[in-house]
Amino acid sequence: MTARATATTRLTIGFIPLADAAALIVAADRGFAAEAGLELNLVREVSWSNVRDKLNIGLFDAAHLLAPLAIASSLGIGHVKVPLTVPFNLALNGNAITVSPALWTALSAAAEGDLADPAVSARALARVVAARKACGLPPLTLGMTFPFSNHNYQLRFWMAAGGVVPDDDVQLVVLPPPYMAESLGNGHVDGFCVGAPWNSAAVDLGIGHILHFGSEIVGRGAEKVLAVRRDWAGEYPDVTGRLVRALERAACFVADPANRQETAALVAAPRRLNVTPEIIRRTLDGRLKLASDGSLRTSDRYLLTGRLDAGRPDPVQAAWAYAQMVRWGQAALSPELLAAATEVFRPDLYEAAVGGSARRPDGEPADGIGAFAGPAFDPQNIAAHLAAWPIHRA
Amino acid sequence: MSSAPADAALKILVIDKDPIRRAILDAGLREAGFANVILLDETAGLLNHIYRVDPDVILIDLENPSRDVLEQMFQVSRVVRRPIAMFVDQSDRETTKAAVEAGVSAYIVDGLRQGRVKDILELCISRFNAVARLQDELDRAKSALEERKTIDRAKGILMQAKGLSEEQAYALLRKTAMNEKRKIAEVAQAVITASELLK
Repeated sequence: MTARATATTRLTIGFIPLADAAALIVAADRGFAAEAGLELNLVREVSWSNVRDKLNIGLFDAAHLLAPLAIASSLGIGHVKVPLTVPFNLALNGNAITVSPALWTALSAAAEGDLADPAVSARALARVVAARKACGLPPLTLGMTFPFSNHNYQLRFWMAAGGVVPDDDVQLVVLPPPYMAESLGNGHVDGFCVGAPWNSAAVDLGIGHILHFGSEIVGRGAEKVLAVRRDWAGEYPDVTGRLVRALERAACFVADPANRQETAALVAAPRRLNVTPEIIRRTLDGRLKLASDGSLRTSDRYLLTGRLDAGRPDPVQAAWAYAQMVRWGQAALSPELLAAATEVFRPDLYEAAVGGSARRPDGEPADGIGAFAGPAFDPQNIAAHLAAWPIHRA
Repeated sequence: MSSAPADAALKILVIDKDPIRRAILDAGLREAGFANVILLDETAGLLNHIYRVDPDVILIDLENPSRDVLEQMFQVSRVVRRPIAMFVDQSDRETTKAAVEAGVSAYIVDGLRQGRVKDILELCISRFNAVARLQDELDRAKSALEERKTIDRAKGILMQAKGLSEEQAYALLRKTAMNEKRKIAEVAQAVITASELLK
């Protein structure tokens, strides 16, 4: 971070080219940061590992980060322990599960009911998996973006609800988002869960069929956060507050349908996502082409930025992500780790910067999560959440 | 965990799409006595490659999106010996920072002596930086060549349009650049653009 005499503070912020970085990009490129006395130097990265490491060692002041990765880094799971702080939530939801045309056909044949219902599709997947096993075929391979990601957890939550054991019945592999479509096309994977705009990219290439929006699996899921090092937030509370204000204003701009065209152009720009604005527009509208036959699905929950209190970091979300880490054998279950995980999300910093209250907007899931299966999530009782599911990893 | 192998037997997997840097790393490691170096340029099916090679040390460049694929090894460690990220014990922050800045990352199999691995990483950092310097020099040489060509073209245009000698044309470019506080190449480009417009 460099401060100049003019009182403009320059921040270096890492991001991955994904549509859920929209608030960050709009803050940097449409004057909201400047109004808050900030100059944002956005650095495009190729891997979450790079973003995490550069944030950890101080090459970045802040980062666009997978919500579960901010928690894993704070708990020291899988890598160096660096406590992070999340003062702003960049986006809720935004993922989708896309499958190959062959798997789509197999699921359609196995489905007892409407395949658009994740409970139906998960059971259909279980039947396809069992049939392949009976024929001696290799297990299905499904791609996701990172071990500590909603892509991983949503895929697992969905298939396990249908009776598929993620660690035994299928092969889950990490794939960088730009390689997803290619891997689906050449048969390296049979499906994947990834953020926008990569599902639409596979559909446009005629090699993928969108099966579910992530929001159909989990109604309200903290997807990408703005993360800073905890000691940095402590050292620069004023800058942190100004950054939250700039992001909140940018997120509101993104949420306004009147600004869709302009937002899509800013996000799609060559030095940002470097894609066609039209594909970003589809994402922001929540109106996605599902397959090359032109079928559409529309949901105003597909990607939530600047709406329905999406900007407030919600500790319930942190607790849910931690519960998934425990369920799949990434973390131990302990009250201390749960407390450390929930403390990463700081609604107090958000409220201090832009106000608001902890009351959830009307119509939002009562437990703050809204998963398609299982009992309501209680952040005080992770053990009950785990006990509800026979399939987990010891 | 078997006992740590000697340097010559230490299996080092280098994943780098840049063929020049890959060759330079290979040569450097071999010179330093590490005879068992395996080079990989493709990243399709990366985990399967790694399972097959079963390396003691993995080096990967940070421009490679497949770095995230390696993170999975910390989760699925039934198949391979458990690898860990370099300096996960945070004992050597400076080396870690130098590595990230140079653009290289390392993963090692648990139980390997950190000191020996540090030598490998430091060697990689210096080679990565050397390649970056070479690339920088090459870029600068290229851009100097481009500037020379631009200036030559502008001189030609001025000589023809104003009946100047080569020295006079260059002097005019230089004087204009000084007056306008711009680079000669920029003024030359402006002359070329203007003459294209006036064609």
